[in-house]
Amino acid sequence: MRAYKPKNDLQKKSYYNDRFFVTPQLEKKSVFSDSTFSADYLSLKNIVDIQDSYIQLDHLVIYINHTDNLKAIKHLKSIRAYDFMMELSAIDYVAQRGGFEIFYELLSTTKHKRIRVKTFIREEQAIESVDSLFRMADWSEREMYDMYGVKVNNHPNLKRILMPDDWHGHPLRKSYPLQGDEAASWYEVDQIFGKEARQTIGAELRDAACVDRYDTQRFARLGHEVPKGVEISEGNEPNTPIRYQEEGGVQLFGKKLVTPFDEMEKTVLKERR
Amino acid sequence: MQTTNRLKPFFENITFDREDNTMVVNFGPQHPSAHGQLRLMLELQGEEVVKANPDVGYLHRGIEKLGENMIYNEFLPTTDRMDYIASTSNNYGYALAIEKLIGVEAPRRAEIIRTMLLEINRIISHLFWLATHALDVGAMSIFLYAFREREFAMDLMEDYCGARLTHSAVRIGGVPLDLPENWTTDLENFMSVLTSQIPVYEGLLTNNRIWRMRLENVGVISKEMAKSWGVSGVALRGSGVKWDLRKEMPYGLYPELDFDIPVANTCDSYGRYKCYMAEMYESMKILRQLIPMYKKSDSQLMAHAPSYLSASKEDIMTQNYSLMQHFVLVTQGMRPPVGEVYVATESPKGELGFMVVSDGTPYPYKLKCRAPSFWHTGLLQDLLPGHQLADVVTIIGNLNIVFGEIDR
Repeated sequence: MRAYKPKNDLQKKSYYNDRFFVTPQLEKKSVFSDSTFSADYLSLKNIVDIQDSYIQLDHLVIYINHTDNLKAIKHLKSIRAYDFMMELSAIDYVAQRGGFEIFYELLSTTKHKRIRVKTFIREEQAIESVDSLFRMADWSEREMYDMYGVKVNNHPNLKRILMPDDWHGHPLRKSYPLQGDEAASWYEVDQIFGKEARQTIGAELRDAACVDRYDTQRFARLGHEVPKGVEISEGNEPNTPIRYQEEGGVQLFGKKLVTPFDEMEKTVLKERR
Repeated sequence: MQTTNRLKPFFENITFDREDNTMVVNFGPQHPSAHGQLRLMLELQGEEVVKANPDVGYLHRGIEKLGENMIYNEFLPTTDRMDYIASTSNNYGYALAIEKLIGVEAPRRAEIIRTMLLEINRIISHLFWLATHALDVGAMSIFLYAFREREFAMDLMEDYCGARLTHSAVRIGGVPLDLPENWTTDLENFMSVLTSQIPVYEGLLTNNRIWRMRLENVGVISKEMAKSWGVSGVALRGSGVKWDLRKEMPYGLYPELDFDIPVANTCDSYGRYKCYMAEMYESMKILRQLIPMYKKSDSQLMAHAPSYLSASKEDIMTQNYSLMQHFVLVTQGMRPPVGEVYVATESPKGELGFMVVSDGTPYPYKLKCRAPSFWHTGLLQDLLPGHQLADVVTIIGNLNIVFGEIDR
């Protein structure tokens, strides 16, 4: 039987997986293996409900309830001296768990430590904005909304930031198609000329290496140039051999040109006159 | 959010004709002083900005999405396109994050070469900043001088990796090539040229009446504002916070190196200018220490980790098992352990962080690039109000924002 592929995860997958390969796990150390982190942990534990916590690669990772995010980060900022919020975004787990994991990456310049506060929200839920604590969340949460469609409550200006305002879908979601997004591929044409113009303009040429030798509108006949827009097709191509300057010796001053330029012969010039 | 259709097209909801005294000016996205595709919607009262609304996204290519659909090694050249002024710093940030994830350390010589490249990139970036910023403010000749020296630095990069802008000079687990012959001599020559030229730039600018009038007390970022906006790099040090990741949370070779962190307490554009100039001297100080370290080091360039990294070309060509491993690593990609990593490095622009979530497959489950310029641009909406229209250009140039990494 073919393996089940979830429809809400359209990302690239490994084409081969060894049945006997055991994926190693990064070590999760106890919170109490580091004195600074254990103090932070114990202090935070009195304020909010902590679901899970461990130290992974010098980071203290704390999982909290999504309703507690403002309270926890306020405590870490004001009491525990985590004075910088460096990063804030979501991780798409819609296919596995029906929601997003949101992480807040905090840095303390006095303690030289980094904490990652994580929380899980379901797809239809919204998270409270931390803009009142860190202004950087203004743009980060906008980006999170734009890229994942995570709603943020009490945000001063929750609108798209990187994508156009009238874009459909949220590009960093796992369910966002890598290819074949109809609206996305015609976006510019639809916006500027309207849907009717799709036929006239044609699909965008995505293959940069593709050269159409019968195309006389663009620079597709380098070395075999014909006048622009001339109708040529297979069978009635003009004979346009490439001539190199080196043929018959490099031209010197005072000598005759290798292929003399006859002004009256040139069709392009005739056309322009 | 508006629902748009053919009868009701998208309406941007900006009234350019207004009842009150303010005027709305669209600055960019094709403005030469916007340093890329920045669109600023400014509300002006006379010449004074009362509201600024930066609009970004014109260069959005979805680099994070690309990264999530590429094997780890494939993504490295794409990172070049983030901060394209100093692309090795992106390569290094990404490579360091993956090395930490898979638990591999680059050999000493590779680390020395990387640090050299990073500091050359810092000099390139700072020279570029100086040239374009001074040009924006009105000093034409400094642009030509700074670009001349930047060209020499780019020649050094070209000698090493063949590329001038998009270097991809770092690999996960080391560097691909040793330094070419006489490269260190060229580097020393370049540094002696630069040492004699920086005083020329400073002579043209530091006490220049116009330069000081345009920069002093313009774009004052208070310490609180900088912290709240996640400002990093020179913009943070210009606000009196002594925070450089190379010193405070060191990585790579930086704990062994002796250098200072220039800090300015004035919080204005002029203070940041002073920091940038001082940082170029510090980078040269680092480079001078690295040359003897390079000569003493062992010749190994790539780390040995057969389950994650390909063996050397020589082994691949001569040994069957290395060839097999190489084949699997190229076609399927490495499978790092399950876990998350956030690694931050001090790029010329600020804290450049890579957050990678691995689920054990050859593709990163989540890849987030923390590009410093993103928040430096966001800061504009709080920083610009109260300034004159002419100062907007100074502030944008002074913050050293690069749109490749803002839009990603």
